[in-house]
Amino acid sequence: MAKMTMVQALNLALRQEMENDDSVILLGEDIGVDGGVFRVTDALIDRFGENRVLDTPLAENAIVGMAIGMAVYGLKPVCEIQFSGFSYQNFHQIENHAARLRWRSQGRYAVPMVMRTPYGGGVRALEHHSESREAYWAHTPGLKMVIPSGPRNARALLVAAIRDPDPVIYYEPKAIYRAFREEVPEKEEVLPIGKSQIVREGNDLTMISYGAMMRPTLEAAAELQEKSGVEAEVIDLLTIAPLDDELFVQSVLKTGRAVIVHEAPRSFGAGAEVITRIMEKAFYYLEAPIERVTGFDIIMPLFSREKAYLPDAQRILRAANRVLGA
Amino acid sequence: MPRKEIHIPDKIEYISILNEKGELDKALEPDIPEELLLRLFRTMLLARKFDERLLSLQRQGRIGTFPPISGQEAAHLGAAATLLSSDWFVPAFRETAAEIWRGRSLESVILYYNGFNEGVDIPEGRNDLPTSVPVGSQIIHAVGLGWAARYRQTDNVAMAFFGDGATSEGDFHEGLNFASVFQVPAIFVCQNNHWAISIPRSKQTRSKTLAQKALAYGMPGIQVDGNDILAVYVAAQEAVKRARSGGGPTLIECVTYRMAVHTTADDPKRYRTEEEVEQWKKKDPIARFQKYLLNKGVTTQDIVDGLDAEVAEEIQSAIDRAEEQMKSLGNPIDMFEHAYAEMSPHLKEQRESLAKELAEQESEHG
Repeated sequence: MAKMTMVQALNLALRQEMENDDSVILLGEDIGVDGGVFRVTDALIDRFGENRVLDTPLAENAIVGMAIGMAVYGLKPVCEIQFSGFSYQNFHQIENHAARLRWRSQGRYAVPMVMRTPYGGGVRALEHHSESREAYWAHTPGLKMVIPSGPRNARALLVAAIRDPDPVIYYEPKAIYRAFREEVPEKEEVLPIGKSQIVREGNDLTMISYGAMMRPTLEAAAELQEKSGVEAEVIDLLTIAPLDDELFVQSVLKTGRAVIVHEAPRSFGAGAEVITRIMEKAFYYLEAPIERVTGFDIIMPLFSREKAYLPDAQRILRAANRVLGA
Repeated sequence: MPRKEIHIPDKIEYISILNEKGELDKALEPDIPEELLLRLFRTMLLARKFDERLLSLQRQGRIGTFPPISGQEAAHLGAAATLLSSDWFVPAFRETAAEIWRGRSLESVILYYNGFNEGVDIPEGRNDLPTSVPVGSQIIHAVGLGWAARYRQTDNVAMAFFGDGATSEGDFHEGLNFASVFQVPAIFVCQNNHWAISIPRSKQTRSKTLAQKALAYGMPGIQVDGNDILAVYVAAQEAVKRARSGGGPTLIECVTYRMAVHTTADDPKRYRTEEEVEQWKKKDPIARFQKYLLNKGVTTQDIVDGLDAEVAEEIQSAIDRAEEQMKSLGNPIDMFEHAYAEMSPHLKEQRESLAKELAEQESEHG
């Protein structure tokens, strides 16, 4: 096993899937010669050539629209949208076609494509480069929405996304693209889409998060244990849609307390859906109101203020303590 | 550091072979087998009569809103007729004659405009996309399909249809640009019917032709009389041949006219004059093609009269079949079908909850 950053792990997933299956085609802006602005597709053009790694003209909507045509034909296109902030330009192709063609054609066609795109704050970027808008995609019937939280699950989930028969929106937490390394086996590893994971076990409090927010959530859980002996159970959603409510509902039945953490705006976010599922399936087991630690319902600030916008371990810890009644 | 002219190709060809009186430009007449000519004529006639019948069904409340095609039969059928069934047909929503030509059943059209998904009828082996409502959005799919066809080393091409209004959409410009950059085997057929609901062609763009927009993307563009099926056929055949042999994409502008409403929810009296419509009626694509066939001796007036009754009967039996079929369709639970390859547990829960609601409703109201 090699220690890899998330960027390297994603590159490995793409390379191996391209080796396994000649229907896997990459397309996007600057993904060929340049290897992608974050280098996720580094050197793939050298290995597979211009016919497998397409440097396209600058038009997000046409990248996705062209991928839809390829997917209908039976190929497995993987598009890179350079920043999720530019994916609204291709929103209509996803909503009007990628998500609907299976349904509209009565199952004759499918759109087995992946839209990869870096999302989220914390990298001192320009405007339109730091938002988290997973709710848009998760709210769209016909799509799946996946967000990994580390190199190893990023690789295994991307493999699953490429093989999935339906369109998958794959958000990459760019704040942790290179923040840490993990052992990633060279041998194939696939994680099922639609399954969450318990990453830390505990009986006192359930903490639910995903993507780049897993790190501060786990930090807060460690500090809770250290300072007050509270054992928090931490759940990584990994897939936002379809949302796997089994693990977190089971966990809340046990703990009676929950905190949900995401950097996306609070209202109508993934947290609202998680809390509703808990209400539907574990309401009478709740010992305290659930707390959301999230971004705010405002435009993501420019980077001089982004630290205050993004949830961090201390905000999560304070929320956890309120829920614990401490 | 001079200030000088940059030379770009700036000529757009225009083709008309059969004028509105049915007179032929003999030098341009394509060599189309008689059997094909007759099939084209029959399909145009069938599509026209079907259109008229759908309109009356809609007025009687027997189908929902639909977009008539009357007047545009030549513009889309002439182009689609140059495709193989293994080629990709990428329609907008005003190409019914071409859909029928490709094998779509009349009853499927009736079912679809009656709000049944089951009206989408695309069997394996016929590479047709379903109709696409968001204007111009399907253009880019033809680029991906054409690219994939070439990647898989077939000689298939993709042909996308759209209207004059679509040429203002970003999808049109992005699609043509991508098609040309990647030199994909695609043909873009614009049915310029002069009206995008209430907006006339003159307010859609200041360009003299729509065909010339191809030049900006480095691909050939051509304008044809879209009510002349021979001209449309010739232009499309050339474009298909070029695409198939690796010569890249083409834009074809078919100048035609929407004789009826945009959809049955529209009232054209609010924005265009009767005189204008009357002028275009004189340019009817079916009338002139009929004259051509009669003059050529390919058919006779008796045969044409017989065809009228034959297609009317075909339409009636399709309506009967569709109305019969609808009796067994409509189980609301089926709305959950085809959302995903596999249904998630949460979706199954939702489906079950609807089933329960419906059962309760049933027992409450008997």
